[in-house]
Amino acid sequence: MNLKKKAYELRKDVVDMIYRAKTGHIGGDLSVMEILVDLYYKQMNVTPENFNSDDHDHFVMSKGHSVEALYAVLADRGFFPKEDLKTFATFGSKYIGHPTNKVNGIEMNTGSLGHGLGVGVGMALAGKMDEKNYRVYVVMGDGEMAEGSVWEAVTAGAHYKLDNLTAFVDRNHLQISGTTEQVMNQKSQEARWAAFGWNVISVPGNDLDAIDNAVELAKKVKDKPTVIIAHTIKGCGISFVENQVGWHHHVPNDEEYQAALKELDERGAQYE
Amino acid sequence: MNKIANKTIINNVLIEEAAKDKNIVVLCSDSRGSAGLGPYSKEHPKQFVEVGIAEQNLVTIAAGLAACGKKSFVFSPASFLSTRSMEQAKVDVAYSHTNVKLIGISGGVSYGELGMTHQSANDIAIMASTPGLRVYLPCDRFQTEKLIRALLQDKDPAYVRIGRNAVEDVYEEGNVPFELNKAVTIQDGSDVTIIACGEMVQGAKAAGELLKDKGISARVIDMYCIKPIDKEAIIKAAKETKLILTVEEHVKLGGLGSMVAQVAAENAPVKVVSLGLPDEPAIAGKSAQIFKYYGMDAEGIVKKISELL
Repeated sequence: MNLKKKAYELRKDVVDMIYRAKTGHIGGDLSVMEILVDLYYKQMNVTPENFNSDDHDHFVMSKGHSVEALYAVLADRGFFPKEDLKTFATFGSKYIGHPTNKVNGIEMNTGSLGHGLGVGVGMALAGKMDEKNYRVYVVMGDGEMAEGSVWEAVTAGAHYKLDNLTAFVDRNHLQISGTTEQVMNQKSQEARWAAFGWNVISVPGNDLDAIDNAVELAKKVKDKPTVIIAHTIKGCGISFVENQVGWHHHVPNDEEYQAALKELDERGAQYE
Repeated sequence: MNKIANKTIINNVLIEEAAKDKNIVVLCSDSRGSAGLGPYSKEHPKQFVEVGIAEQNLVTIAAGLAACGKKSFVFSPASFLSTRSMEQAKVDVAYSHTNVKLIGISGGVSYGELGMTHQSANDIAIMASTPGLRVYLPCDRFQTEKLIRALLQDKDPAYVRIGRNAVEDVYEEGNVPFELNKAVTIQDGSDVTIIACGEMVQGAKAAGELLKDKGISARVIDMYCIKPIDKEAIIKAAKETKLILTVEEHVKLGGLGSMVAQVAAENAPVKVVSLGLPDEPAIAGKSAQIFKYYGMDAEGIVKKISELL
């Protein structure tokens, strides 16, 4: 399947999980989807077969609330049966509302923001120590940039010249209480990261080709980690969800659910 | 009697073991001097990570390293490690179950003149109440060495708290009873039990001797394993002696005393009295002065037991 269409099919899985469970963070799931599709279908060397080896690429979902998107991708990549998605957030399920390494394919537990980049720094350092060729990818949210611990990790990543580390900022401009600029100004992400010594690439973040090009460019950079500022649309793919702050973790009702699936089908169909 | 700081022993063990195991990594937060890690960092620069004054990142990076097969040993003052980086210990170490050993140096009131910012008087309560974290407070160089060697053998998270100062030996070279997660009975007795941890064991042992002279038979237990605590040793003491006195370099709330009392109350109710730091910033001074002031040294223990019996 064309990967651009795949991103819309996976969005349907996300909507389905959230509709069933009556919980989830739909807006950020939809904004981050092309990043995950590029990493898991094109870029990262990580499969159910090599996941327990020493040599695969590593991924940390630092914006852990977008776990539904990650579960949808991992299931589709064969890390666990797709049927398991139906147990999301049900009583006793291991498929809880933030990433947990009880789920095959997930290495680190996240949920509290501001941890993932430091984990990525540690993973990338281990790769350098052992002279491994694996790469490390971390996905963060733009609201998360208010966490001070992120900037401790940004400092360390540049200090240790971790060119095997690529971070993403899902720059969708919204967080739970409003725009990032209303809540805590996150303008000029590119300048902030550059000032800390990172290689910075800015892309339209729901454009799969643009993301893929950026990840390729990051691999060629030496002695610096790369951040890809992915300018995304929160709720991307469903017109009435897009750019709506209320849809940070709103659950679709029956009508909205049907309308969402229909629109995602239509938008995906253009890539057939 | 030999006096060596427990951090020196950890440094020595890690220098030796890191030469044999490239996966051992030591991390610190601009604390290599206070952790006594100078020799290690010179010997194994490629297995040493300086994180700068950033305790949150310190613990998170250690967890990331561990997720990729490293055995991370993190050194930072216990005051910062147990509070500033508490969430990192909870999420990245305990919850994610990474092979990270957190070594809280200069614990308790080691920095007795520096104020509450530098005191870790509630780290036992914080760390032990976190699911998935083991907590150990070894007393002397021999036990510390045994503990670190044991922890090198497993992949589970742990928090180890040690003091800053050189401390007297409790055990004798070549005769160091040690089983992981089992308390050590230093002296048997039938009237009263003293249960101590960390560098309070030295005073408890001396108190046991002093009580003998007074005709009081005191059992002295070294509960270096705070979590998992040795319930069996507590229940036995609760059944066989009339009183348990706990001694810890920690506030009385949520530490050794609380845990011993809980085990005793559930299994074999007996009077449990705790000696420890107050629910306020500890008075300024050298450790020994502070212990004496709060009645936590050998003399204080003897006095308290004499009052209670």
